[in-house]
Amino acid sequence: MDPLSTVFAVALSGIATLLTLYFASQAQDTIFFVHMIIFALAAGLFTIYLARKCDFSREQMATPQGDDPGSYQGTYSDGIVRLGVIATIFWGIVGFTVGVVIAFQLAFPALNFDLPFTNFGRLRPLHTSAVIFAFGGNALIATSLYIVQRTCRVRLAFEPLAWFVFWGYQLFIVLAATGYLMGSTQAKEYAEPEWYVDLWLTVVWVAYLLVFMMTLMRRKEPHIYVANWFFLSFIVTVAMLHVVNGLALPVSPFGSHSYAAFSGVQSALVQWWYGHNAVGFFLTAGFLGMMYYFIPKQANRPVYSYRLSIIHFWSLIFLYIWAGPHHLHYTALPDWAQTLGMVFSVMLWMPSWGGMINGLMTLSGAWDKLRTDPILRMLVASVAFYGMSTFEGPLMSIRSVNGLSHYTDWTIGHVHSGALGWNALISFGAIYYLAPKLWSRREMYSLRLINWHFWIATLGIVIYAASMWVSGITQGLMWREYNADGFLVYSFAETVLILHPFYVMRAVGGLMFLFGAWIMAYNVWRTIRGERRVDQPVSEVITVGA
Amino acid sequence: MTKNEIDEISGTETTGHDWDGIRELDTPMPRWWLWTFYACILFSLVYVILYPAIPLVNGATKGWLGYSTRIELKNSIDVALDEQKESRLKIENASLAEIKADPTLLSFAQAGGRAAFKVNCIQCHGSGAEGSKGNPNLNDDDWLWGGSLETIHQTILHGIRYEQDDDTRLSQMPAFGTDELLTPAEIDAVADYVISLSKAETPPGGEGADLFAANCASCHGENGGGNPEMGAPALNDQIWLYGGSKETVVESITKSRRAVMPAWAARLDAATIKQLAIYVHGLGGGQ
Repeated sequence: MDPLSTVFAVALSGIATLLTLYFASQAQDTIFFVHMIIFALAAGLFTIYLARKCDFSREQMATPQGDDPGSYQGTYSDGIVRLGVIATIFWGIVGFTVGVVIAFQLAFPALNFDLPFTNFGRLRPLHTSAVIFAFGGNALIATSLYIVQRTCRVRLAFEPLAWFVFWGYQLFIVLAATGYLMGSTQAKEYAEPEWYVDLWLTVVWVAYLLVFMMTLMRRKEPHIYVANWFFLSFIVTVAMLHVVNGLALPVSPFGSHSYAAFSGVQSALVQWWYGHNAVGFFLTAGFLGMMYYFIPKQANRPVYSYRLSIIHFWSLIFLYIWAGPHHLHYTALPDWAQTLGMVFSVMLWMPSWGGMINGLMTLSGAWDKLRTDPILRMLVASVAFYGMSTFEGPLMSIRSVNGLSHYTDWTIGHVHSGALGWNALISFGAIYYLAPKLWSRREMYSLRLINWHFWIATLGIVIYAASMWVSGITQGLMWREYNADGFLVYSFAETVLILHPFYVMRAVGGLMFLFGAWIMAYNVWRTIRGERRVDQPVSEVITVGA
Repeated sequence: MTKNEIDEISGTETTGHDWDGIRELDTPMPRWWLWTFYACILFSLVYVILYPAIPLVNGATKGWLGYSTRIELKNSIDVALDEQKESRLKIENASLAEIKADPTLLSFAQAGGRAAFKVNCIQCHGSGAEGSKGNPNLNDDDWLWGGSLETIHQTILHGIRYEQDDDTRLSQMPAFGTDELLTPAEIDAVADYVISLSKAETPPGGEGADLFAANCASCHGENGGGNPEMGAPALNDQIWLYGGSKETVVESITKSRRAVMPAWAARLDAATIKQLAIYVHGLGGGQ
């Protein structure tokens, strides 16, 4: 940044520090006070950092230049991506750990410890948000900023703003996480943080949109690559969803509570319009962007079908946005809205599978690489899980199937085959692809460890999903079981008793998945240090005629 | 600028784009994919015509099938009630003794009672009717208000200390400590005496015995045998509703215990309440 903008930024963040301190002094509840202090700390540290960077020497003042003179042309801005990869691994392990803890809590309720901040009710949103937004969000920000530069052959636009996006997003995560532990929530699933945290995320997200869009506009390629269509649709739609679902009136400008703009069934509809499209645009469109870059790169093959990518992109984003009401079958939501939610979900099946076909078929001519390349294996397995979940989703949206599956563990199994199988595996694949490149190493520290990670994680997912399917269907059937005289057979508590072994299995599956993530963290750490393990090849070379 | 090439492995033409080394094949969309997509759209169109779907200015289209989730629910409940109609009618008109004498009716009533118990009663009495502190165990033969079919039925109908019901069962042991009817030292003595009663020891005489005779025996009986007419629990056994430690007994005498059970007459129909009485009576301790 040129000195003038630095001074301006110092002033701005200094004012932000003072302002948040004032808000803290006026705070009407502990949560708001703690959060304003966190804000003030972050803004204060940022001010000091910027002020120390200020260079008022004559030549700097005289010749305002672009950022990092000398290294500007021809290279890409990868510092953020490096940090993003580390943040992804860090938050991933945090999110998976909390997931394992709450899985054990469900099997053994004594693990709630009768403390408010270790209670399942607070840890559960901590887990979902840590995994979706902290782990998934960092993976998306890091990979999108890496991919957009390379596929546009241009350095990131507004680079300082991109750094703000990264650190601002981490601040959002910290605010959300501490809020959950202190019991702050606006009672909207996957959108629990209160109004002031929402406002902060809005600022960060608009900055992200600006950086991404300006980089696209400055591109040196005539066409925009398909991965970038998906990333752009993800960023734009999440902004819209977040703002509309977060509309609320604070009780006081100095307190953490607020009233939602919508109430009753309208609130439920808006919430699931948001909730389902968090799945659709955050966890599907965004990660398809990753898929469209890393699979062709790792397989070193052209994308299977350009036409398919166009049709499935537009049909996917058009249809997804209407599918939310299928979360509200058999509720106060009018029947017509339920019907529309269902049929849009059914129509969504093939557009979703378009991505799977393009991912898998890109390997035609390179299938043999699956035997020797565990990174490619991870990427391909993720696409397979994606295909399975996106078939299961439309199936579960059908009203009569939903009558059985809704409110049961089947939903949990479905979500995790998608989140662990698709989102996490493809992020792991991306991290293994990126780490050697970002730190200028020839390859990962150990391919064998990647192979171990792949198998432990995959087995963990299978155990997790299978136990939840059995548990969910058992639960659904038990709830509706009538005896010969026409009376309900089971009480709720009796179904819980039957499910116990499946809950233990699920926790074990989750533990395996977490263990895999630790292997990855170790592997990446050794790679960053520039080490290479002397490995046997992953697959033995078959010598014909030997 | 763009140059379409032929990919050697697949033999398909590329689009000529190149992004960071990534190229794209110009493969047509797979036919099966396209046709399945069309089929899903067709299915959806038909579904939208058959079911309520399109919002209009006042309401929405009803669909050819006239379907609604509320009608579906009502129909399935009606069907179930219809199948039970005969048995329920019989139960409504029969006395509890008659139900008990008719094996088919008895088995129906027990099944119905069991189902209703699991929905309405287990929250306090436990899923095995085993009870918990303040909520009696219903499997044993120790009854606060009587364990005959009739008395159980009466209890379920009108509840215990349930103010909204005029016929509710009322027993209000005085709070001997809070209302200063006895001094702490006296309560201590009575508590010792009550605990000795429960252990089937020869009760010691003295102050505790005298105080018990003067204050407690009128309801709990001279030997602590209890009185189901007044809801006074037997004190000469090891079964305690709130616990038999000295501390707990002192607390019971000092503050009294006034747990409430709702009157189910206002919430459940007559046949269901009869079935519940039959079920609870059959749990093990019915008299």
